[in-house]
Formats: sequence, C-alpha cells, structure tokens
Amino acid sequence: MRWVVAFGRFWYDFIVGDDWIVAAAVVAGVVATWLVSRTGVPAWPLLPLVVAGVLGASVWRVARARRESP
Amino acid sequence: MHDALLFLAAFLASTVEMVEALTIVLAVGVTRSWRSTGWGVGLALLALAAIVALLGPALTRLPIDALRIGVGTLLLVFGLQWLRKAILRATGLKAMHDEAQIYEEEIDEAAHAARVERAGLDWYAFTVAFKGVFLEGLEVAFIVVTFGGTQRNVPLAAAAAAAALVLVLAVGAVVHAPLSRVPENTLKFGVGLMLTSFGIFWAGEGAGAHWPGGDAALLGVLAFVAVLSFALVTALRPAAEVVSEGSDA
Repeated sequence: MRWVVAFGRFWYDFIVGDDWIVAAAVVAGVVATWLVSRTGVPAWPLLPLVVAGVLGASVWRVARARRESP
Repeated sequence: MHDALLFLAAFLASTVEMVEALTIVLAVGVTRSWRSTGWGVGLALLALAAIVALLGPALTRLPIDALRIGVGTLLLVFGLQWLRKAILRATGLKAMHDEAQIYEEEIDEAAHAARVERAGLDWYAFTVAFKGVFLEGLEVAFIVVTFGGTQRNVPLAAAAAAAALVLVLAVGAVVHAPLSRVPENTLKFGVGLMLTSFGIFWAGEGAGAHWPGGDAALLGVLAFVAVLSFALVTALRPAAEVVSEGSDA
C-alpha cells in the first residue's frame, strides 16, 4: 500500500507540482473549450485567457506569501 | 514548422535535464567509483529508452483528437509548472539553479556516505547515479513521448533528446566539471514557454476549437505566452525587491 501511495505521490508531484489550482483551472478550461466549441461560438480564446489568469494568480500568490512571511 | 519547434523543445529540455544529471554523476564518480557510477548511468539510460520505445508507438495508435486533448492538457499542466518556476526565478522569488553549488553539496554528501558493496558495486554511487539520470531523464522521456506522439514523429523528438545527451556528455567529458556556465535558467524559461504553448494549442484543438490561421496560430500562441510571461516578470520584480529588502534588514 505504501508503494502505491508513493507512486501516486510521485506522479502528482511530477505533473501537478506545487500548485494544484493551476491543474484544476487547466482541466476546467479544456472542458469549457469543449462545451463552447459545441455551440458554434469560437472557443479558441478560452485557453489562452485561462492560462493568463491562472499563471498570473499563481505567481502573485507566491509573491504575496513571501511578502507576508516574517 | 511544428517539427522544428518539436526538435527545439525536446533538445532544450534534454540539455537542461542532462546538465543537472551530469552534476550528480560527476560528483559521485569523482568521489566514489566511476565503474559503479557508469553502471547506474547506463541502466538509467536503458530504462528511459525502454519507456520511450514502449510508450511512443503506443500513443501514436490513439485517435488524434483524443491524443491531442489528453496530451495537450497534460503538457499544459506540466508546462505551466516549468513556466511558473522560471518566472519566480527570473523575479528573484525563487533561488536560481546553481550547478556549482549543487556539485559541492553532492561531493560533500558522497564523501560522507557509508560504503556498502552489492553485486560488486559501490551501492551509493550506483543508486545515486541511476536515480539522478533516471529522474532527470524522465521529464525528457515525458516530453519526447507526448510531443513525438502527438506530432506523429517520436523518432525526431528522441533524436533531439539523444543529440542533447551526446552534446552534454561530450562537453562534460572535456570540461570534467559541472556545466555551471550553461544558461540553465534561461533555457528552462524557453522550455516552459514551448511546453505551455504546445499544450494550449493541442488541448484547444483536441477540445474542438478552431485556431484562426490553422497551424500557424501556434506562433501566435507562443508570442502571447512569451509576452504574458515577461509582463509577469516585470510586474513582480518590485514585489520581489520588497521581499529581498525586508529579509536583508
């Protein structure tokens, strides 16, 4: 069982890394792109916008945490 | 054009990871045993080649849209991790990767580790070299398999990674020191930009989005991600300076 947990943790760290919100936002962005593309509305701007938002928020959170830590 | 970017991404990623692996290999080789270190490196490279040889062709059998949405999403998550760290390093919010310092730390650790012999090998040198090359190389294998599989050109991606490996090994053999002058942090920024851009492009296409301009839109995505990243670095630098001044005080 310990091996399974260690294996899962390794792949989680490998793919997802420090900020799981980034991964969750990307998955949500891909799902939203799929849904919007079904309606006939151009869906291509969605993922670049999601990336801009989530990347900016992620690095900003690190900067804020560093500023607030003693 | 996609093939050229595919080659460049795999080559740069492999160069960065192999430079890191070389630091570990040199440290255990110099301090412990070159024979045991060599076995570790050889077996790790064999394991990585087996992963690429097994997974690469398997991925190319999947339907292209399913492959693009799956691989694109994975690459995007993975690429954003590289890009996020690169932005934090460029702003000073994360320590730069310093091969010379890591080499000194590895030498110190290797010199103090107990000597245990297994299968006629210095087990410490063997396992550290194996783990170093395998774990650094796993990121390269991931990029080779995903990029190559989606582009239906695993051999080109594997050739790019192999070319980088040969180059780093050759330079390492001549210099016989960690390659601390390689602009590793800049290369990582470049790899992060490419992984993220390919991820956006493929995941979007797999999810049914139609990019204006077709394949040429990839360059537009790359330009967008590059401008975004440099804007974030510029915006975060003052915040990082405040942190640095605060910790200096």
